[in-house]
Amino acid sequence: MKIHEYQAKELLAASGAVVPRGILVASPAEAEAAFDRLGGPVVLKAQIHAGGRGKGRFKDSGQDWGGVKFSKTRADCSQVARVMLQYPLVTKQTKECGQRVSKVLVQAAVDIARELYLGMVVDRAIGMPVLMACAEGGVEIEEVAARSPEKILKAPVQPDAGLLPFQARRLFYALGFTAEQAPHAERLMIALCRVFLDSDCSLAEINPVVVTPKGEVLALDAKMTFDDNALFRHPEIERYRDVTEEDPAELRAAKTGLSYISLTGNIGCLVNGAGLAMSTMDIIKYHGGEPANFLDVGGGADKEQVTEAFRILLADPRVKAVLVNIFGGIMKCDIIAAAILAAFKEVGFHVPLVVRLEGTNVALGRKMLAEAGLNIVTASSLTEAAKKVVAVAK
Amino acid sequence: MGILVDKNTRVLCQGMGKAGTFHATQCREYGTQMVGGVAPGKGGTAKEGFPLFNTVAEAVRKTGADATMIFVPPSGAADAIMEAADAGISVIVAITEGVPVLDMARAMGFLKDKPCRLVGPNCPGIITPGQCKIGIMPGYIHQPGPVGVISRSGTLTYEAVWQLSNLGLGQSTCVGLGGDPIVGTSFIDLLRMFQDDPQTEAILMMGEIGGTAEERAAEFVKKHVTKPVAAFIAGQTAPPGKRMGHAGAIISGGSGTAREKIAALHAAGIAVAKSPADLGTTVQAAMKK
Repeated sequence: MKIHEYQAKELLAASGAVVPRGILVASPAEAEAAFDRLGGPVVLKAQIHAGGRGKGRFKDSGQDWGGVKFSKTRADCSQVARVMLQYPLVTKQTKECGQRVSKVLVQAAVDIARELYLGMVVDRAIGMPVLMACAEGGVEIEEVAARSPEKILKAPVQPDAGLLPFQARRLFYALGFTAEQAPHAERLMIALCRVFLDSDCSLAEINPVVVTPKGEVLALDAKMTFDDNALFRHPEIERYRDVTEEDPAELRAAKTGLSYISLTGNIGCLVNGAGLAMSTMDIIKYHGGEPANFLDVGGGADKEQVTEAFRILLADPRVKAVLVNIFGGIMKCDIIAAAILAAFKEVGFHVPLVVRLEGTNVALGRKMLAEAGLNIVTASSLTEAAKKVVAVAK
Repeated sequence: MGILVDKNTRVLCQGMGKAGTFHATQCREYGTQMVGGVAPGKGGTAKEGFPLFNTVAEAVRKTGADATMIFVPPSGAADAIMEAADAGISVIVAITEGVPVLDMARAMGFLKDKPCRLVGPNCPGIITPGQCKIGIMPGYIHQPGPVGVISRSGTLTYEAVWQLSNLGLGQSTCVGLGGDPIVGTSFIDLLRMFQDDPQTEAILMMGEIGGTAEERAAEFVKKHVTKPVAAFIAGQTAPPGKRMGHAGAIISGGSGTAREKIAALHAAGIAVAKSPADLGTTVQAAMKK
């Protein structure tokens, strides 16, 4: 689960990090009031989950600036806020239609002497969280990782012990912090680690960490993602969820215990198991089609789930055909066939349905589908199923 | 004998709710020696013919169990894994999906100095066909034979096994690694075991997007594996930044893409199936070379 910059900064501040003074606003009038209170030049930051805000553009606004805008006057601040809250922001990481902005963070402008990068993620290779730091901040860390990996300093962090003082020291001296700045840098690192470990993050980044001419060390921007598997024990993080940032179909699917991701093609897919579901998407593409979605119906595949899955798939106007690929292990194929038939009748299919069943009681399952007298095409092999559905989707 | 489990393995089930009890029964029917269940508070009673114990330690003392299958819900799963390791269990198969990643980081730290092997979590389990099934896979699709199977997926593995069995290529042992970011056993761990296993003549690796396990496995194969290896990577069509079902199947920032994995596998001389319909035939061809 992702959260907004202002929420991530709240969490960091609560753990002792220093963040720039900022006020969250939801209207141009509030932006003016914020400008007055902050007293001085500000930076307005559109609060959306997607990255690339600065280089993005507000669709149809006629403006040539993006989701991060410097502002020197009260009137300009109000105008910028008006545009940000009115037009969708399109960035490299949003959909083409962009993302609506309902909140803007008005932040006191900060003089920047240095920019660095701090991030934390679970390193799968060693099975431990790792704090990463880089003297080059404000840039795409993936680019640095690709061209100069040695510039990224790493410290594995024990989940229970947290960041040890000597680990922090090794990092901040290597990053070139002065003895005076060191305690401030340490404070920021400890705050980041504490939030990550206490709240079960999967990713937490401060990019850039800024050192001001006066020697303050603060988090100019913050990005956090949380482990969905751990949300059950973090109601305080669950509260930060912004449903307007989530795909309504994906939300609806999650409620029924389905795992659904919307894609851009026209062949709807319903599969049991994530690996098989991904492979089904792959084989559709292999035979010249385009999957409209990823959908894992999990180990259950009962009538309710299959019905809801069909409803979600068919609610997508782009879908021209649906492929069901189920490998029934413990789940028997005749039970699945019954679920498919019941769902088919209840939902009312207006596009061709291709079903490929394999596994326990497959002969019976296929027979049930064939004899139902409905417009259901059965396929016995994966290849046959993919070719058939690609053909009818054209 | 299987690389991890065989007809002599004595297996417990931790978590005897609906799912745990159902699968423990299925395993017993397959022929696995299921010797009891662990259900705190229910020790001294029995369920579906399984004696129940309050703790793994007591179960081990009373049954001589050396393996366990874990169905404990996510909030208690990592603890259940640690309890099993602490009680001297050698093979821990964690089926549970939804375990918090940091819990697994803690558990892996705990397991580091203990003589046990963890498979999973979020995995379908281990099967040595004809001898021992610890997991949720349909036993009947498997046949004993020469192919070692390693996979991050569940149903996709069944697809592969189905294709292999239909070609007359049975399996020596099939291991589901699990779909989470941190899992107890890696491709490399099993490649090493299969390379040293007299019954295994060829190996099938099934990976997916996210992380770098397949790339590291390819390096290992280049240096240490002489038996023919075939592979498949699921998720070639998945967009970056999105979690495709498995918590571990996220491509972030360019690393963990299918393309990179396939390139690494090719560079190691591993045959990569282009379509999931060709899993069996790709192994067959690799074995003929």
